[in-house]
Order: sequence, then C-alpha cells, then structure tokens
Amino acid sequence: MKVALFVPCYIDQFYPQVGIATLQLLEKLGVQAHFPAQQTCCGQPLANSGCESDALPIYKHFVETFSDYDYVVAPSGSCVYHVRKHFDKLDQTADVQHVRGAAYDLIDFISTVLKVDALPGAFPHKVGLHLSCHGQRGLHQANESEMTPVRDGQLSRLLRSLDGIELTQLNRNDECCGFGGTFCVSEAGISARMGQDRVADHVRNGTQVLTGSDMSCLMHLEGIVRRAKLPIKVMHAAEILNGVLVNA
Amino acid sequence: MSHAIRADKFLLDADRTTWHDETLWFVREKRDRAVYAVPEFQELRELASGIKNHTLSRLDLYLQEFEAAAKANGVHVHWAADAAEHNAIILDITRKAGATRIVKSKSMLTEECHLNPFLIQHGIEVVDTDLGERIIQFRDEPPSHIVLPAIHLKKEDVGDTFHTHLGTDKGENDPQRLTEAARQHLRAKFLAGEVAISGVNFAIAETGAVVVCTNEGNADLGVNLARVHIAAMGIEKIIPRLSDLGVFTRLLARSATGQPVTTYTSHFAKPAPGKEMHIVIVDNGRTQQLGRPDFRASLKCIRCGACMNTCPVYRRSGGHSYDFTVPGPIGAILSPNIDMKKHSSLPFASTLCGSCTDVCPVKIDIHTQLYKWRQVLGEANEIPASKKWGMKFMGRVLASTRVYGLGGQFARKALRLLPHGLTHAPSMNAWAVARELPEAPKQSFREWYAKQPAPAAPSKTSA
Ligand code: SF4
Repeated sequence: MKVALFVPCYIDQFYPQVGIATLQLLEKLGVQAHFPAQQTCCGQPLANSGCESDALPIYKHFVETFSDYDYVVAPSGSCVYHVRKHFDKLDQTADVQHVRGAAYDLIDFISTVLKVDALPGAFPHKVGLHLSCHGQRGLHQANESEMTPVRDGQLSRLLRSLDGIELTQLNRNDECCGFGGTFCVSEAGISARMGQDRVADHVRNGTQVLTGSDMSCLMHLEGIVRRAKLPIKVMHAAEILNGVLVNA
Repeated sequence: MSHAIRADKFLLDADRTTWHDETLWFVREKRDRAVYAVPEFQELRELASGIKNHTLSRLDLYLQEFEAAAKANGVHVHWAADAAEHNAIILDITRKAGATRIVKSKSMLTEECHLNPFLIQHGIEVVDTDLGERIIQFRDEPPSHIVLPAIHLKKEDVGDTFHTHLGTDKGENDPQRLTEAARQHLRAKFLAGEVAISGVNFAIAETGAVVVCTNEGNADLGVNLARVHIAAMGIEKIIPRLSDLGVFTRLLARSATGQPVTTYTSHFAKPAPGKEMHIVIVDNGRTQQLGRPDFRASLKCIRCGACMNTCPVYRRSGGHSYDFTVPGPIGAILSPNIDMKKHSSLPFASTLCGSCTDVCPVKIDIHTQLYKWRQVLGEANEIPASKKWGMKFMGRVLASTRVYGLGGQFARKALRLLPHGLTHAPSMNAWAVARELPEAPKQSFREWYAKQPAPAAPSKTSA
C-alpha cells in the first residue's frame, strides 16, 4: 500500500505539528506514508472564490504529484472533499479519476481503509468535537442532524474508545463554525459571529479540549479562543490520537 | 452594497442577532422533531424531487393541460411574461370589476412583482391579510422571510407599530391583545374587500385547481367574501396530478414550521355562482433559469423556508441583508438570475456548509449551485477586482512548488517579526478583526520533513 501524505498549505505553514502527528500516527498504525515534496495546495481557496479556472493549474499539479499512490491522506476533510468533488472540472483521465478516489481524510482513512474503530490509550479530558461540514455533510463521516437524530460518526467512535475521555454534549451538534475558506475574510463579521457562537456552545457545555479532523475550522476557532483568552485548548484529532498511542 | 456590509449593520445589535438566531433555530428544531417522526421522510423527499424534475422537463405541456382544465372550470387564465404584465393584468381585472378595495393573502410572487405599490399608485387600496404581512405593510418594509415575513421583529416592535397604526395602548406588548386588535382591524377589511388576491402553493395540471396553504385561513376568508378571486402563480408551481399533492403537503408544513400539515389547505377550482375567478400565470425570469442547466433545479423550490431557518448565515444576518424577495440560500440562487450585477455578492454569503441542501424537502442541491454561481460570477468579472487578481496571483504561486515554498517562508517570517499591532490591524486584515492569527512556527512541515532520516521516506516508485 503506497500512501502519500498531503499536508494542505496552511497546515504546512502554520501547523506543522499537525502534519507531524498525522505522519507519526499513521506509522504507529503500521502505515509508512510518504510526503511528496513538490505538493502545494488543492486549489480550494481559489475555486470557492469563484476563480475555478485559475485553480486548474493547481489541480493538475496536485494530480501529477499524487497519481502514483494508492491513497492520499490529509488531516483536512475540506481539502479532500474538494479534490473528490470539484476535480470534476479536469479532463477525467485515468490519473485524475484515480486521485479523486484515492483522496482520504485522515480519520476516514483510519476507519474505512484501516478498519480501526478503537485505540488503546487514555485521554482523561472533556473533549468537544467540531465536525467540519465538509467532513460531515460532504464526506458523510457522521449523520447530519437534518436527516436523522442519530449523533454518531467515525471520529466520535475513535475518541470514545480512549480511556477517561468525556465527549461534550453540545446544544447544536453540527452547526457550521463560520470559517468557510475565503468567507472568513469576505464576510468577516458573520464569520466571526458564527465562530464566537460555536465556541460559546463548547464553553457552556464544559469543553476543555476542542478537536476535530479538519484543521481549517480549528484554525478559525483557535483564533477566536485565543482572542477571547478562553481556557480551551485546540488540538487536531491527529495530535490527540498520536499522543496517546505508544510507539508500536 | 454587498451582503457583508448589510450583514454588518444587522450584527451591530448583538442581542437582537442572538434573538434572531435562536428564534429561527427553534423553528429548525421543531422541524427536526416533526421530520424524525416520519420514518419515510427521505423517501418522500426523493419522490417530491422526482415529481418536480419530471414536471420541469415538460413544463410547457403541463401548463397547457392546466390552462385547458382551468378554463373548462370557468376560470379566466392570463399569462404574464414579467412583473409589469402581471401587475397590469391585475389592475385591469380590478378596474373591470369596478373595484377599489383588494384583500390579499400572502404571496411572494406579488411581492416579487412589487404589486402593492403599483396598485396603490393607481388609487387602489391593497391590504395584506396575513398577520405578519400586515405588520410589515404598516411599517413599509419588505418581508424578511418567505414563511415568517416579520420574523425580524420582536413583540415590542409590533406593539409600537400597532400603537401607531391601530391605536393600541402605548407599550402594549401582549401578543394576544395585539393579535385581537389586528383581528378586529382585518375583519373590517375582509368585509369591505371586493377583490381577493391569493398566491398559489400548488397548481394541479390534471384538475386545473390551485391549492393555497395558510395557517390563518385568511385566503379562504378573503376569497369567500369578495366578488372576484385572482390567484397569482409562477409557472413552476405546477404538479401533474391531484394524487401528487399529498407528497408535497406532507413535506411543506413539516419543513416550514414543523407542523404535520398547514392549518388550511384550500383548493380553489371554480368560481362560486355569480363570482369570478382568475389565474395569472407568471414567468418573470423563470424560463431563463430553466434554461440554465446548472440552476434549473432551483425551480423545484416549494418555498418552505427551511433553508433559511437552517442557514447559519441567514440566522445571523437577517432577511433584509439579502435585498431580494426570496432571501437565504435559495434566494442567493434565484437572485443572480434576475440581476447578476446587483446580487453578485449573494452566492458568496454562504460557507457552503451544505445544511440547506440536506434540509431541502425537494432535494435542491443548493450549496452546489451556490458554488457554481460563484464560478459564473467570476468568469463574468462580477467579483471584486482585488479578489480576482489576488486569486490569479495565488494560482501562480500554488501551482509551483518553489515559489510556494519561498512565499510561505517569507510570510511566516513577516508574521513573526512584525509587531502584533501591524499584523492584526483590522484595516489591513479582516481575519484579525475578531481572531488571533495562528502563531507562525519557525519551520514549516516540509522543512521539518526534509531533515528527517531517509528511511522515513521510501522512494515513491518502490512497492
Ligand atoms: S430551496 Fe428547498 S428548503 Fe429552501 S425554501 Fe425552497 S423548498 Fe424550502
């Protein structure tokens, strides 16, 4: 199994520890992932801004970078969703189709491909989950509250398997955090307000560690937590899971 | 003016924003409870979506079938290409009936055509008889929601409005007393009404009947008391058979307000003896949207408002921030069809979270269409130039490993070295208005990775 690690541009630049945790976690789960050095970005910021045609060279670069691998794993559901859904704009060559199918969010990869649903280890904290919309509604990693009252998903199953962990019950389970890529700048006021409301739901219900599998939402929420100087630690799920697993 | 600027005005009143958000979320939760209780709800959605897709694919035939059936029922059928024709037809019918007083039940189409000001200009009194509509009519405001037109107002606002227009006591905020005052006022209007205008929720091709759903029964009251009934419908309101209707009535009320069915689901098929019934069938841009393959599915909309209630942006920016008859996610798809330049910011007033798509009872792929509108607007140069050129620049940077690596190093260094006051200046950095920037690490992931011992990185051609 040839696995490539895709570290989205903002994680590469601002959250290298998340990339490292992802790599190490995969190693502990028996997967030697490789980081192709020529990778850059999936092109999502451009496309979401209405500049899809300017993003096409980035898409092509992405496909060239990753077409040799069986899986492309990223600690960011929204980039994966973008590759899967919006690379339909490219000519659908065998390589393009392969890469679209091979792209996996880290948590998705762990539970769907590696078929791991429980991990040994303890994390005795009250943990609040932020499910990204792209992960949840786009990649179907958890049930949407619009469809069904069942609140479950891959990440909550994995986390719940840890000793001593308590998951926060939120008032609004899957409300969007308001990041939305360039939305956070073009609609800065609404974006901030949504983030503040999202964080308030966690504060109200006792979250000590705020986590998720999409670093983009977490970057936005972390910015709000730090501005308000709240006693909440923001960690990517890879950091938690990697931290509790001893080296295999 | 962009959506963001209007939204910022709404956000200035933080408490009201909270209240607006919570009120609509309450409706959304009510909808959830009503929906979870129907095990076959997803099948119903699928069915409704299928019926609508089918109908749209032969809309011309069904409209003709409808017209023939309605005429056979003794109904006058009129066709209007646009808002101006729609308004002229209604004025003409009213004048021929020798009438000057109209009672209207809620209709977003007449709102879309700006019928009220047109009729008033021509010396005709128009009274909206839906309570919420009447309130905003007093205040001379457009509706801020398609189902809950006055949802932006608190009961204190209504109290003030009724004090001014209906002479209720100053400071009277008791909903029951206010409603009673409105009821008395509207009763007189109903009795005096000569022409009743209603909207149309569903038009049945098979029978030529129109179906109107209300919770207040005001459409029935108006129609039964007046001599003339005018029903105004968009061409997309058609469903093929009477037997299809149940699928939609089960979905509409649940999605809109969490009720099993609206209180009144009234069928109007033919005029009562001695009375007149007219149906005005309106295009007003709908055929154009039908001709846009990426956006035609937006015509499936049954105007339940669920996408507004669920939309986290709508809940915090209010309906008026959209400056279009239909606000919220679906409005952001319908509006650029009408005026691409004026409404160019609306498809961007979304995080593309997809909740609207999941909640929509007729399965319109709303967030996908928003994404597609962005591309259309980008290609048509209807997005801000700074964004356009910024994105072009980014495209170059991100398509090249080398330029990207250098750019990243530079940006991180700048972030580390520049003073906080500069990197977080709200005037230069919208992110920093409410958020701290991420702390810039000394080395990027790729720089760290390059220093790792080689075995961690097997050559990518090896098995
Ligand atoms: S788009 Fe769907 S959810 Fe929104 S108003 Fe129309 S039918 Fe309802």
